[in-house]
Amino acid sequence: MHRTKVKVQEDALDANTTIANANRADFDRAGVRVVNLMSAPGAGKTTLLERVVDSLDGVRVGVLEGDVQGSFDADRLARPNVPVVQLNTGNGFGGECHLDANMVRAAIPELPLDEIDLLIVENVGNLVCPAEFRIGEDVRAMVCSVTEGEDKPAKYPLMFRTCDLVIINKVDLLPHLDYDMERFMYYLDAVHPDVPRMLTSARTGAGVEEWRAWLGEVAAHGHAHEHEHEHEHHHAEEVQTA
Amino acid sequence: MHELALSTAIVNTVVKHAEDRRVSRVSLRVGALRQVVPDSLAFYFEIVARDSVCAEACLEQELIPARLRCRACAREWQVEWAAFRCPSCDSADVEVQSGEEFEVESIEIEEEQCIAQR
Repeated sequence: MHRTKVKVQEDALDANTTIANANRADFDRAGVRVVNLMSAPGAGKTTLLERVVDSLDGVRVGVLEGDVQGSFDADRLARPNVPVVQLNTGNGFGGECHLDANMVRAAIPELPLDEIDLLIVENVGNLVCPAEFRIGEDVRAMVCSVTEGEDKPAKYPLMFRTCDLVIINKVDLLPHLDYDMERFMYYLDAVHPDVPRMLTSARTGAGVEEWRAWLGEVAAHGHAHEHEHEHEHHHAEEVQTA
Repeated sequence: MHELALSTAIVNTVVKHAEDRRVSRVSLRVGALRQVVPDSLAFYFEIVARDSVCAEACLEQELIPARLRCRACAREWQVEWAAFRCPSCDSADVEVQSGEEFEVESIEIEEEQCIAQR
């Protein structure tokens, strides 16, 4: 018996990236833009989606709903003309805590890609694992609610750093919390300087118009315009001080 | 649980390169920005590696420090936490030089001696 060293020099997530690229090619071919929507559990992803899925002017939306188990969120999002596909990750160690490219690949045949312009993938609630796995998305958006505390960008930098939009949700609760928005922005700016951000309350509807406009931009161009970000940023500040 | 998913990715990568031969060592390069807890990764690797060619393998983790470079003023520096703004000129136009690695660098494989020794 002898030992041989074999050079590998391969990113351990290469296999996922390859499948993500294949997904992306399928989406591109069908002319579908894809948003990967992520957050911790209970941050308000589904409620934010309820607000917009059937009210995006001229944009046909589809939703891919990732959950460890059950179809609670898919049921909530069921609307006439909005196809919702449920993807359960409940296998192995009590269920995968994220969607990876392969799971999304398996769901593609169920998605009516010819009938939609924008696919929103609601990832499994988790601030860690989903950040690692590209699924073939055009853009990544994340929701961080004010009840989670202001230190989250510093604690989960990978998630905050890889997102194209950060939504700060549940701002209607600010009067009841000791939440330090300035501190949150300080951490966010350290981890991901100049990332577009918006303040929303899915409950009251505050900021939902910006969220809808951002999705409209993504559906049209695959990304949101820089000047739109600026506008959203300033508007977000107005909401905050109002 | 992050480390569980990553362990699975490591084992899959190694299995692909091992071609059914037994692996005694896996050398991994892990960037500081990947938020990997080394003990946790070692723990999950052992579980995921069971019943694979990596079952007996020891996982060697080389931690790569996070180094950034400012495109505006060319300053280079090392960060201990994820702060991505230039400390000299405050620019946000910063590139990561190292610290994002999650690479299987090499593996050590056990093979039967196929040439008769004299």
